Amino acid sequence: MTTATSTADRSPAPQLRRPLTAARLPRWAPAGIAVLSIALACAIGAGAGLASHLQWGVIAALLFVSISYGVAAKVEGHRQAKDRFFTSLVWTAFVLAVVPLVALLVYTFQQGSSVVDGNFLNHSMRGVLSSGPGGGIYHALLGTLQQVGLATLIAAPIGLLTAVYLVEYGRGRLAAAVTFFVDVMTGIPSIVAGLFILSVWNLALGFDYSGFSGSLALAILMMPVVVRSTEEMLKLVPNELREAAFALGVPKWKTILRVVIPTAIGGITTGVMLAVARITGETAPVLMLVFVSDSINTDPFNGPQMNLPVYIWQQYGYNNQYSYARAWGAALVLIAVVMGLNLIARGIARWRSPKTGH
Amino acid sequence: MAKRIDVSGLSAYYGGTKAIEDISMTIEPRSVTAFIGPSGCGKSTFLRTLNRMHEVIPGARVEGKVLLDDENLYGSTVDPVAVRRTVGMVFQRPNPFPTMSIYENVVAGLKLAGVKKKSVLDGVVESSLKGANLWNEVKDRLNKPGAGLSGGQQQRLCIARAIAVEPQVLLMDEPCSALDPISTLAIEDLIGELKERFTIVIVTHNMQQAARVSDRTAFFNLAGVGQPGKLIELDDTQRIFSNPSVQATEDYISGRFG
Repeated sequence: MTTATSTADRSPAPQLRRPLTAARLPRWAPAGIAVLSIALACAIGAGAGLASHLQWGVIAALLFVSISYGVAAKVEGHRQAKDRFFTSLVWTAFVLAVVPLVALLVYTFQQGSSVVDGNFLNHSMRGVLSSGPGGGIYHALLGTLQQVGLATLIAAPIGLLTAVYLVEYGRGRLAAAVTFFVDVMTGIPSIVAGLFILSVWNLALGFDYSGFSGSLALAILMMPVVVRSTEEMLKLVPNELREAAFALGVPKWKTILRVVIPTAIGGITTGVMLAVARITGETAPVLMLVFVSDSINTDPFNGPQMNLPVYIWQQYGYNNQYSYARAWGAALVLIAVVMGLNLIARGIARWRSPKTGH
Repeated sequence: MAKRIDVSGLSAYYGGTKAIEDISMTIEPRSVTAFIGPSGCGKSTFLRTLNRMHEVIPGARVEGKVLLDDENLYGSTVDPVAVRRTVGMVFQRPNPFPTMSIYENVVAGLKLAGVKKKSVLDGVVESSLKGANLWNEVKDRLNKPGAGLSGGQQQRLCIARAIAVEPQVLLMDEPCSALDPISTLAIEDLIGELKERFTIVIVTHNMQQAARVSDRTAFFNLAGVGQPGKLIELDDTQRIFSNPSVQATEDYISGRFG
């Protein structure tokens, strides 16, 4: 304290100086407050006889935010209380976002896991009564993989090249027009893409239902997503790397192929995989262009095929306990396929991303 | 191997803005020429016109002539890619390719030009890294990523990469400004060795560095903000730092402005 008084003599505004230490809530305080609010909310909800658990949740959230603020204001002061207030809001929002996701996964697993077995995975619905047990998704899984694979083969190269054009070459009105149309394409409803292919490919050009015609519609949906994500990834590649390659006498196309794209390949792969995940769940265009089939059709260029989302829709429409179980099982497999793709994408991104360590 | 550069009446633009105006100078082979001057005076822009890197920036263009042993770099039939193979460049910030190992970084220029023979590449890696005084530090970890090296090592890696394609001129744009004094010393020593083989042009903000490493020094200045940069004088480094013929040069060197 002696130093404080001696410096206070020289300081022009001694009343502004604040102590550097202050009372702090313990580290477990947020968790404690959360548990307390949930317990209180349960008590209030049960006591007031509120039937909806949604109401319990809202009460818990409100209690959590207000207790956090109140306790912090009492113990730590005004500024810390504001900090706690917004932190608790962020946590509440996080829980709000995660609950539906987890609930969806858990519910699908509960409903679907009972039917998913080897038989379910490697049998089709051929000769299986729609109202009886048995049958499987082999034909739909095969169709999904083929249609999405073909769509990716079409859309990924075109999308990648478009993004390269936009980032590395595009100047002026053509580039602006391409960007504009890519933006417009992002917003195309999937049914419109389906109708477009139906009118051009199937009606005007006279091709029959096939997995490939569904792939065309899926490719239209996938392309803008690939362009957008690839564009962002290419923009992240520092210009210095391009200049370094130019300064070594490397032509521009080779610089892009050997320096720019490898540097961004992790992000590009992730973007493509996310686009794949997006189109894997499309139902409308596939239903319209691939039609439905209960049998295995290994040729995506001829005749109707099946597809997991369409299969789910079909089984749901049969409206009995066995078909419901099959629909849930297919939904579970669909989620697993998309999740698997995402994990693979993350793996590739990590494996290929620029390394800095030793 | 090293070549003389003759620049005459060179102006460079960024869109409608003139960045440097009417520069003429001769850069001697097998010597180090330093460019000094205040920020924004066009040293780096001028440097980048010497290997046609200026035009990489959208909207940038160049007027005038740059003769490399009597061959005009801005002739209508000249391929900028070929120019950059002859006139190499080292940048301000070390920029090794992040996806490549040390080995791959050094041979990047050759490999991308189509050289595939392992024995040739191995030899180039060793001689270039030795040329850049980096061999002893990295010879046991050639397959580790280049980005894992320290800043000074990365810059020497970039120099090794630049000399691996056997250019005749080496342009250096403030190669030491992101480095600590020890790494700077290493690079300055290296410049002294490299000038036996290459024509070297170096842009620097550090006047002691210009005085230490260069044989000739060019002073650039600009009349005011928004005005194009101009070459004020080019002379032997000794003379520039002891007895310059223009007052502005003396003012700048003695620290009266800039």
